[in-house]
Amino acid sequence: MSRLDVQIGSMHLKTPVVSASGCFGYGEEYSEFIDLNRLGAVVVKGISLKPMHGNPPPRICETPCGMLNSIGLQNVGLKVFLKEKLPFLRTFDTKVIVNIFGNSMKDYEKLASSLDDAGVDAIELNVSCPNVRKGGIWFGTDRKMLGKLVAAIKESLQHSVLITKLSPTVSDIGEFAQIAEDAGSDAVSLINTIPGIAIDINTRKPKIRNIIGGLSGPAIKPIALRMVYETYRRVTIPIIGMGGIMNASDALEFIIAGATAVAIGTANFINPLTTVEIIDGISSFMKQKNLTALDDLTGSLHAG
Amino acid sequence: MSRYFTATITANLSLNSRHFLMELTSPKNENQALPGQFYMIGAGRGYDPLLKRAFSLFRNTPDGFQILYRIQGRGTALMRDMKAGTSVEVLGPLGRPYPEPSKKQTSLVIAGGVGIASVFSLVEKFPKQAYMLYGARSGEDLFYVAELRDAARALILSTDDGSLGKKGTVMDSLQELVSTHAPLLNERLIMYACGPEQMLREVSHFGMVHNIQTYISFEAHMACGVGACLSCAVAVKKKKRKQKSYQDGEPLYKKVCTDGPVFDAGDVAW
Ligand SMILES: Cc1cc2nc3c(=O)[nH]c(=O)nc-3n(C[C@H](O)[C@H](O)[C@H](O)COP(=O)(O)OP(=O)(O)OC[C@H]3O[C@@H](n4cnc5c(N)ncnc54)[C@H](O)[C@@H]3O)c2cc1C
Ligand SMILES: Cc1cc2nc3c(=O)[nH]c(=O)nc-3n(C[C@H](O)[C@H](O)[C@H](O)COP(=O)(O)O)c2cc1C
Ligand code: FES
Repeated sequence: MSRLDVQIGSMHLKTPVVSASGCFGYGEEYSEFIDLNRLGAVVVKGISLKPMHGNPPPRICETPCGMLNSIGLQNVGLKVFLKEKLPFLRTFDTKVIVNIFGNSMKDYEKLASSLDDAGVDAIELNVSCPNVRKGGIWFGTDRKMLGKLVAAIKESLQHSVLITKLSPTVSDIGEFAQIAEDAGSDAVSLINTIPGIAIDINTRKPKIRNIIGGLSGPAIKPIALRMVYETYRRVTIPIIGMGGIMNASDALEFIIAGATAVAIGTANFINPLTTVEIIDGISSFMKQKNLTALDDLTGSLHAG
Repeated sequence: MSRYFTATITANLSLNSRHFLMELTSPKNENQALPGQFYMIGAGRGYDPLLKRAFSLFRNTPDGFQILYRIQGRGTALMRDMKAGTSVEVLGPLGRPYPEPSKKQTSLVIAGGVGIASVFSLVEKFPKQAYMLYGARSGEDLFYVAELRDAARALILSTDDGSLGKKGTVMDSLQELVSTHAPLLNERLIMYACGPEQMLREVSHFGMVHNIQTYISFEAHMACGVGACLSCAVAVKKKKRKQKSYQDGEPLYKKVCTDGPVFDAGDVAW
């Protein structure tokens, strides 16, 4: 019997597959297609203190083997999340990870402590969203700020596990992972989308209104894998790997590169059953290879 | 029974060089789509093109449904080349349908170009009830005219080049209809429209001026189709009460895929 459960800090996931923030709504949107109980965790859309409207359309555009998005962190805000979205997720036997975003250290702290009080299993600090001008990405690319932010949030948490979501727009992601680890983060997740542009040559306009959007999907998988590999060699905390995972074989690549768990984003749009199909696929791979625990696979890349 | 299924293409007919009718199977016991709802269809094999494409229900069949599509870009070009017997991944039916007219209401149904795909089944569902105004660039882009003539109380065709029906736009036809049939405006009217954005804008304006309840079907670039990704934003007017919690000056967005694609024209912030 092979075991699929993994540990992220003090949080126990029954399977290593979670949803990626922003690609799974608040969980309810996909609950008619799959049994949410099978996921290790549901990671919800980024939440801010106040509700946010997001960016003007068009917000997405398809690119070769991928898509650009500039949603602009549209979300219902902390209050509505706690009142209307969290209770639904609580009816499932799966962990709830809340992705949070703020404009200031104070915002992050307030969000984190309210969610901690509400008993969410983990908080994912989004310090890497490319779609809003101030805040997020700045924390994610400034060494000092990142360390300060992670330490402050860690301090304010009683129960929730702290995950720092890293920006891929830095030259050495391993260094930033290490900063997060040193500041007390229980885990890191990567990668967020990679900033990109697409242009309509007839109108000479950008294909998304915000001009720059975040690239996701199979197109970014090799980059994401490389970053997971680099991060694994630098930190001892668990890594949640993501970026273009479409099937079990992709997910296994991330695990072999060093990810303890994997998150599925864009793939849900193409096939809403992707997450559970990946769980089944990993399970049969382990049986086939006579592996008893995922630990035997994580970071097992034969580099020589 | 799931809204995500593999469908088999049973027919893929050319209506002219740019427009096609695809017939697909859906699983037994699956809910049939209502007029105004849509499906997302996987047009590619592999990951390029990646996203599913949205198409309105054109018409239900005993074993599935039909869509009427125009060749737009890569995805629809790939669909054109699909043979009967091919299977495709489908998500749907999705979105909110057109609210149905009450027994006492007279419908004005307005379609521009491929917008006919979205309203055709509505006209068929309420036989001899609707005034149907249908326009396109030229006569060869007007489809299923005989069927529409049977289904509608009156059918008024228009083309930009005058090759079939009146020369002009559907809006010209609409203005003419109400000026020659003035009593129509005293009936309890409900208006439905699907077509290019400029047409929808004008129809909404017309509805407002004449105080007609108006529903329009919107398009937006979509990724998930189920309300999870927030790609498909359309700006709507703010209700006073809600305004406070948001930052000032920002528009409010709704999702075309789950709040729409059919919207009350009065709610849309043009
Ligand atoms: C609710 C809804 C119902 C629709 N019903 C119909 C219909 O019944 N018949 C029909 O012919 N067309 C319909 N459309 C438009 C249809 O979805 C697009 O023409 C189609 O996606 C174009 O794909 P493509 O690969 O050929 O074009 P490309 O330009 O290569 O597509 C690139 C990307 O842009 C998106 N895109 C391009 N044009 C549109 C558009 N107008 N609306 C939304 N997304 C677009 C594509 O989905 C794809 O993700 C509908 C759109 C929506 C949102
Ligand atoms: C439409 C969309 C919205 C997203 N919203 C968020 C978000 O709110 N917060 C966040 O941290 N990441 C967000 N992401 C990034 C994803 O969580 C993920 O890091 C990225 O898409 C790479 O994974 P994928 O290729 O599997 O989609 C979003 C991605 C997409 C495509
Ligand atoms: S297409 Fe994803 S929310 Fe509408």
